[in-house]
Amino acid sequence: MRNTWILTVERMRLALRSRPFIFFSLVMPLVFEFLYCGLFARIFWPGNPAGVRIMMGPVLAITVMGSFWGLSIQLVMFREMGILRRFRLAPVGAGAMLASSILSNYFLTLPTVVVEFLIAKWVLQMDLWGNLLGVWAMVTLGSITFASLGLIVASVTSTMQTTQAVNNLIWSAFLFLSGATLPLQILPGWLQHFSWYLPATYLVTGFQRSMIAYVGPTQLGPAILALTSCTLIAFVISQQLFRWEPEAKSTTRAKLWALSTIIPFLLIGTWELWHGELHKSTRADFQLMQRMNPPHPPSQPQQDPNR
Amino acid sequence: MSAPIIQVEKLIKVYGEVQAVRGVSFTVEEGEVFGLLGPNGAGKTSIVEVLEGLRNADGGKVSVCGLNPERAGMAYKQEIGAVLQSTALPEKMRTFEALKLFASFYDRRRDPSDLLNRFGLEEKRNAFYSQLSGGQKQRLALAMALVNDPKVVFLDEPTAGLDPQVRREIYQIIEELRSENKTVLLTTHYIEEAERLCDRVAIIDYGKVIATGTPRELTQGSAGTTRIEVRLARAASDGVLRGLEGVTSCKESEGAYVLHSSSVPRTIVALVKQLESDGNELAGLEIARPSLEDVFLELTGRRLRD
Repeated sequence: MRNTWILTVERMRLALRSRPFIFFSLVMPLVFEFLYCGLFARIFWPGNPAGVRIMMGPVLAITVMGSFWGLSIQLVMFREMGILRRFRLAPVGAGAMLASSILSNYFLTLPTVVVEFLIAKWVLQMDLWGNLLGVWAMVTLGSITFASLGLIVASVTSTMQTTQAVNNLIWSAFLFLSGATLPLQILPGWLQHFSWYLPATYLVTGFQRSMIAYVGPTQLGPAILALTSCTLIAFVISQQLFRWEPEAKSTTRAKLWALSTIIPFLLIGTWELWHGELHKSTRADFQLMQRMNPPHPPSQPQQDPNR
Repeated sequence: MSAPIIQVEKLIKVYGEVQAVRGVSFTVEEGEVFGLLGPNGAGKTSIVEVLEGLRNADGGKVSVCGLNPERAGMAYKQEIGAVLQSTALPEKMRTFEALKLFASFYDRRRDPSDLLNRFGLEEKRNAFYSQLSGGQKQRLALAMALVNDPKVVFLDEPTAGLDPQVRREIYQIIEELRSENKTVLLTTHYIEEAERLCDRVAIIDYGKVIATGTPRELTQGSAGTTRIEVRLARAASDGVLRGLEGVTSCKESEGAYVLHSSSVPRTIVALVKQLESDGNELAGLEIARPSLEDVFLELTGRRLRD
């Protein structure tokens, strides 16, 4: 644990000195926020301050999903440059290396989310805060899950080029089929079905439910279950498949192990399509958004009882 | 007498079809500076990386400080320090920060500030790793190898690619390690490095140890001969130089003839007479006591840098 914490602090320090990190982790999310909450919200919900809050779900989801890119690229780069080899000589295990990248990423994501909320509230005139406990739960779980998924990609790819190609493919699916860019309900039926097998959909849905319907962690059960189980599986597998050496190649067996990360989403996705409440709730939220009704007052039954 | 601190017995390391290390055996005593000398691709780095615990052996036995590097895990890493053939750190990591970070991983540790002073990096204390010169990076790598006050230090080609002045600085550091009674295992393909620094040397070629001993033992064992390097205006006919008085061996290498003689005066006189009779001329003559290069040449028929 001690080494994990030492490495976490060091990684945060290094990240804050990196211009690409500042750009992709702070500037880009804010650009998305101004685009979604400043422009799209005014186009689709003119004169209704609830529009900003409705658009905050996708903005937060894109911010948190950024962990997926950053960590996989960094790990592969460290391996290619031989930096991991030097750490391997010291009494530091793969678990500490991986956990520190996930934790540092989480701690660095939090300020961005806070800044996004402050801008939404004070600059873009968001009407209400949403359920902040629910938002915090999704930021925490989402950041850890997508970081773990990034580490899984890094454990099976060997070069930066391959990592970028694989990341682009997965990222496109996360971005366009999860509701982060286009509402799920406007996608063709078969694509909507497919989207429930993606981790990103649970993240976007979780954020939207917290922002639009004020639900808290206890009412985000399926989303939390899907993301938690994925995180655990992804972390354990990436630890097992961790490669310190630049020339070490990933085996077919390792790639099959990495694929097992999708098992929780296959199970929960199937469950959601047949019986899931989350599926129904998002449909109801979308109808609510379409009607442009005023937001639910705190006395509505959908409010989180813990709030 | 205590057991050797490093024991390597019939070590084998294979990469796919290539057998890089083929049954290597040697021992290193505590406080000794031991060198693995050989050309590039001889298998030196593979041997060291097995000893560092970075690679698993495919055969044979290895023990360092009484521990098996493959199985001892973190306990083993507490005991050793190492400089890799090429060390890399994140570009935006500061010099002092790197030493402090790595020191914090160990139970036993040296003061990073002292190390910074000792390795002449005080001025670069807050410099990013990317801002250091090659020599400074290598000095930092050496300092990092000593943060845990290790019993055994592995140095893989510690001066490769460095300019002569930095190389001398590194030699001085290794000599200081010897005076501190540290056990050092270094790999090199520089003859002067092995001769100057090592108490004992194992000459490695094609994954095998072809000779072991102190530099003096090895050179004296080189048939007790003196090396004479001769350059001629015209090539000598085959076997003429080999037949000169006192000559025990003759090899042509890079346009020169390298003779080994048991009697230098008689060989020189015979050489001059021979050249006169052939109408040839002496373009260059160099007489030197045998070096490890000669030992390698004698044993393999090739120069170290070939």
